[in-house]
Amino acid sequence: MTDLAKSGGGMDYRRHFARLKRLAGTVLSVATTFLGLLLVTFLIGRVVPIDPVLAAVGDRAPADIYERVREEMGLNLPLWHQFAIYLGKVLQGDFGQSVLTARPVLDDIRRVFPATLELASVATVIGVLLGVPAGVMAAVHEGKWIDHLVRFIGLIGYSVPIFWLGLVGLLVFYAQLGWVAGPGRIDFIYDGYFDPITGLMLVDTLLQGEIEIFWNALAHIALPACLLAYFSLAYIARMTRSLMLEQLQQEYIVTARVKGLPERSVIWRHALGNVSVPLVTVIALSYASLLEGSVLTETIFAWPGIGLYITNSLLNADMNAVLGGTIVIGAVFIGVNMLSDLLYTVLDPRAN
Amino acid sequence: MFKKFVVSAVLGVSVVLAQTPATAATPKDALVMAYSIDDIITLDPAEIFEFSGAEYSANTYDRLIAYDVKDVSRIYGVIAESWTISDDGKTYTFKIREGVKFTSGNDLTAEDAAFSLQRVIKLDKSPAFILSQFGFTADNVAQKIRATDKYTLVLETDQAYAPTFLLYCLTAGVGAVVDKKVVMSHEKDGDLGHAWLRTNYAGVGPFKLRKWTANESLVLERNDTYWGEAPAMKRVLIRHVKEAASQQLLLEKGDIDIARNLEADQLASIAGNGDVKTLVAEKGAVWYLGLSQKNEYLKRPQVRQALKYLVDYDGIANTILKGRGTVHQAFLPKGFLGTLTDKPFKLDVAKAKALLAEAGLPNGFKVTMDTRNNTVTTAMAQAIQPTFAQAGIELEIIPGDGKQTLTKYRARNHDIYIGRWGPDYQDPHTNADTFARNPDNADDAKSKPLAWRNAWDIPAMTKKADAAIMERDADKRAQMYLDIQREHQQVSPFVIMFQDIEVSALRKNVDGFVLGPSFDSNFYAKVTKK
Repeated sequence: MTDLAKSGGGMDYRRHFARLKRLAGTVLSVATTFLGLLLVTFLIGRVVPIDPVLAAVGDRAPADIYERVREEMGLNLPLWHQFAIYLGKVLQGDFGQSVLTARPVLDDIRRVFPATLELASVATVIGVLLGVPAGVMAAVHEGKWIDHLVRFIGLIGYSVPIFWLGLVGLLVFYAQLGWVAGPGRIDFIYDGYFDPITGLMLVDTLLQGEIEIFWNALAHIALPACLLAYFSLAYIARMTRSLMLEQLQQEYIVTARVKGLPERSVIWRHALGNVSVPLVTVIALSYASLLEGSVLTETIFAWPGIGLYITNSLLNADMNAVLGGTIVIGAVFIGVNMLSDLLYTVLDPRAN
Repeated sequence: MFKKFVVSAVLGVSVVLAQTPATAATPKDALVMAYSIDDIITLDPAEIFEFSGAEYSANTYDRLIAYDVKDVSRIYGVIAESWTISDDGKTYTFKIREGVKFTSGNDLTAEDAAFSLQRVIKLDKSPAFILSQFGFTADNVAQKIRATDKYTLVLETDQAYAPTFLLYCLTAGVGAVVDKKVVMSHEKDGDLGHAWLRTNYAGVGPFKLRKWTANESLVLERNDTYWGEAPAMKRVLIRHVKEAASQQLLLEKGDIDIARNLEADQLASIAGNGDVKTLVAEKGAVWYLGLSQKNEYLKRPQVRQALKYLVDYDGIANTILKGRGTVHQAFLPKGFLGTLTDKPFKLDVAKAKALLAEAGLPNGFKVTMDTRNNTVTTAMAQAIQPTFAQAGIELEIIPGDGKQTLTKYRARNHDIYIGRWGPDYQDPHTNADTFARNPDNADDAKSKPLAWRNAWDIPAMTKKADAAIMERDADKRAQMYLDIQREHQQVSPFVIMFQDIEVSALRKNVDGFVLGPSFDSNFYAKVTKK
């Protein structure tokens, strides 16, 4: 008895140690990734032939003001020194001020990221709900009309430029049919009269009991979300189809069928259950790429998200904002990856 | 193949649907506008120097004086009821209007006016030079700009300038009166409330700030305690919509009252829509080519002259600007005191060739042009390229992002720069100062006007421009500017080509929207909706 308990304890230690080592490894790799990301973005920001002082003072500023601001921004220091200062501040959670918005970068990101998050989440939900069944159906009916249809839709999703589809979508569903609301997150009339809590319009309106604004926000998000969903749908459906095709040829499927299991159960439980792990990766990747923000969609739909924010900042040499945004996107990628890793262990007991 | 099919299918659908247009309507008491407002970086009138920022300030902050947008020569009092100028021309005494209250409820006094102007000098932000050019410094401003009693403001300039010069400068955004008590209650580390006012409001005007969300929206509310005529609109809702096609859809659908940034394509497409109309105004900005005098070819006088004959002015105005610009060839745009409207240049290849031969370059030469990569600038550059080629000049276009080309231009590393220049305030000196003055042509000069950027050394013309700001007789002063422009037009390394026209598209039930000659003379106060 005692021996067993002892050896059990030893195994426990080893397991804990291994887990700790793995955790340390994860932390270390995340930290290095971030440092590398920061360094590369910082250097790119410094080598582009754009003068960040100009962004701060404008084209007409007299020379003495220009010089003063240049010193205030620390641009007269050597590059390594500038980076060290920046790194020190970031470690304290200070991403600096944005030149363009005159506010702390962190505040800006807290404002623009939820807009993208909301759009990407709704789009991904639609994309998964439609894309996975479409992919499954295409695989089951390989070579039939339904397969061709899914592939056709997917092909369009890949090849039609999003700004064109966005504008035509607006023309048809907003301007002509009036099924959805126009560009922007809510109607103009609510601008400045509705205070966000989380920044997610759909959540905030419900939290504050503003049902009317909720429906309005839903009408606004519908079109851009469907548009983005279309593109992730195309990708998800195609990947689901090929993953499913592979599974459907496996022997255990034949066995299941021979056993007399209903076809529905064979396809949706056995086959789909087995592709769920790689499928999660596919969905996570598509979600993460939507979370970067889509500049074109955000431009057309006047959607104040992070894609537009970073692009605009970059064009105006607002380096604090660009660096801050890059770190957030980096964090999102790492976060979504870790989340999908976590999901593996839930979906596939072997991965534990 | 698929793409083509889809295109025609969707277009077909939209044609069918076009039969059944559905329109929404904006509230009767709100002005709703789509406008590219991502250039706003501050709301502090002592710092604002951007187009849409200037417009915000013009509608929310009353200034000491203003000019009539229909006739700029007429200057009238706003917060200052009247003024007198001492015999030596250096002391200006303003009588401040009584009974004006800030939106905070505080009384507006001469103390607030003095504080506002002193604050501009002490903060020393980008537009501060508009006031500091009259000899005000952080050290002397408390002495030179002061309230002598509750409703009297006195300004002492260092020299006897042309009165119109000072008065026009006071019509600029830096002449906005801020609420001293409120601003100072938010002061931090001696910043005169700057950090707070960058994103807040403390003043008096037809409208007040409700909320600004950078790159997203700007919401104004009517000032119900306004001393002047109260606006009909209770609210002004401005949404940042960058894409012109989206602006057009919003307007045609009736979700907005005014679309501010439609491009030529959209303007052509709404022309047939009976529900919308357009409002146009000549703006102060001019399009020009800057020819660097550091370039061995461009520094020859005949070459400078020849290039002025190698631009197809009318062609570009008609096919590229399409109603958003008009041919103009002098550095003072129409709408200024002493504008020269002569247009001596047109496309004349033979004449240009003769001039090039005279310059010893009968076979032309190679030269580069830094070009911002936006649609209009690029199209203009591409239209100039072939006409230059007709005289043997091989023009290489170097496209770049706006900030990038500007950085190069400011460092004097260009050959030719194609650009657009907007005046800083409504006095002719603003453009004379940059196009016709270059006090020091050294690489490390303190002042770097456009003449400096193009390395054009002009001691004689600089003196003439300086003399024009001292002329106290307005008519004589106008004549001096005409003379400078005539000479400048012929000899300068600036090929001045067009003057901007701003076009706004409005729903037809919207009246009273004012587009003035400058970016801070676009007003919402008189807007009504039927």
